[in-house]
Amino acid sequence: MKFVDEFRDPAAARALVRSITELAGDDEFKFMEVCGGHTHTIYRHGIEHLLPQSVELVHGPGCPVCVIPMGRVDDAMFLAEQPNVIFTTFGDMMRVPGSRGNLIEAKARGADVRFVYSPLDALKVALDNPDKQVVFFAVGFETTAPSTAVTLVRARQLGVTNFSIFCNHVTIVPPIKAILESPDLRLSGFLGPGHVSTVVGLRPYRFVPEVYGKPMVVAGFEPLDILASVHMLLQQIRDGRCEVENQYIRVVRPEGNTQALKLMSETFALRPHFEWRGLGFISQSALRIHPDYADFDAEERFSMPGVRVADPKACQCGEVLKGVIKPWECKVFGTACTPETPIGTCMVSPEGACAAYYNFGRLHRETALLVGRRPE
Amino acid sequence: MCLGIPGRVVQMVDTEQYLAKVDVNGVQRTISVRLLADDGLSVGDWVLVHVGFAMAKIDEAEAALTLDQVQKMGADYVNEIDAFNSSSIN
Repeated sequence: MKFVDEFRDPAAARALVRSITELAGDDEFKFMEVCGGHTHTIYRHGIEHLLPQSVELVHGPGCPVCVIPMGRVDDAMFLAEQPNVIFTTFGDMMRVPGSRGNLIEAKARGADVRFVYSPLDALKVALDNPDKQVVFFAVGFETTAPSTAVTLVRARQLGVTNFSIFCNHVTIVPPIKAILESPDLRLSGFLGPGHVSTVVGLRPYRFVPEVYGKPMVVAGFEPLDILASVHMLLQQIRDGRCEVENQYIRVVRPEGNTQALKLMSETFALRPHFEWRGLGFISQSALRIHPDYADFDAEERFSMPGVRVADPKACQCGEVLKGVIKPWECKVFGTACTPETPIGTCMVSPEGACAAYYNFGRLHRETALLVGRRPE
Repeated sequence: MCLGIPGRVVQMVDTEQYLAKVDVNGVQRTISVRLLADDGLSVGDWVLVHVGFAMAKIDEAEAALTLDQVQKMGADYVNEIDAFNSSSIN
């Protein structure tokens, strides 16, 4: 596949790893990525095992599915269970557990829950079912929010009255700031989210080097992209530089996508604060539907329970999301909490650190431990 | 899952509604190109596709540059080893 295969070349990867090992030398580095797509690639291609022990990759709160608190999932279930509602959602949200089960279970009990690939598909469901109320469960960072924005504009253009959005979009800068403010972590730098950056550009991250003195490299999603970005971070540190660099130049422009940003500013407003699973309440970190589009806001159209639900006591998703512990260090990892029976969202979403590790990284690590190669 | 994948524009379906058909690994689907409305998209262009939307044009020249950069980064070590191997001090 073009633009994919050539960025997976094993020989180039091996050479890059050797260069990285040289650059890292005897020091130790901890780089955090804040993008579920990066977590997934890293585990899927075993990148952590390729890297020398001197370079550790830490997974941050980059999975927008994983950070949705249980109470919001309960609200989604409430909407799905309303008579006459068709509840549309991306696939990854369907198995996220609320306090009364998940959307797939609601569907099994008779709710009309439908998987959609795109918010535009959800709008089409509304057009095809004029006698039903169609709600779309909007999740995602700034990568996905513009798509919801375009859908809202189109819905208004068409004069659709039976369509609304349950908005759970979140923004990338506040959690990065929260991580940097957290006393738990000592990071050497960040791998920046590649696809969020196609929308927001590079400027929003300037505070990372300028205020917190950490380098950031916006990275693509193929193995060579990630390895190259690690190399660029190490090079910055060796050169005594500290800046935002763009490794994903084939797609990310420094100014981002101004059309997308404009549409977002017309259709969304910032919530004063929003609860992030594991990180607590973060101010100005999430989007709600703009008052101008209030007629498409599910939270206006329906009266939602809006109850806050604490995570199960056994769940350590919060610590995993902050990169404080690794998936296998969670007390319930692989025992009570597995992809088939997930307790927390890190295990449910394929982009969650725990699911990614369970599916891709586990066997390799367990084997390595067995042969005594790599200490815990 | 909401990944961003490369697709090639094969047909402009409806310029007023900003719809285009893209080919992703042999499968063709109609997506929205509204977010690239000002970018002068044409048939043959490559775009990053995410939840039914073209998010950005994929710049072939920059892609080639990136691969070049990757080779150079990897070459540092290889060149060092080659240089060492070629040494014969006495």
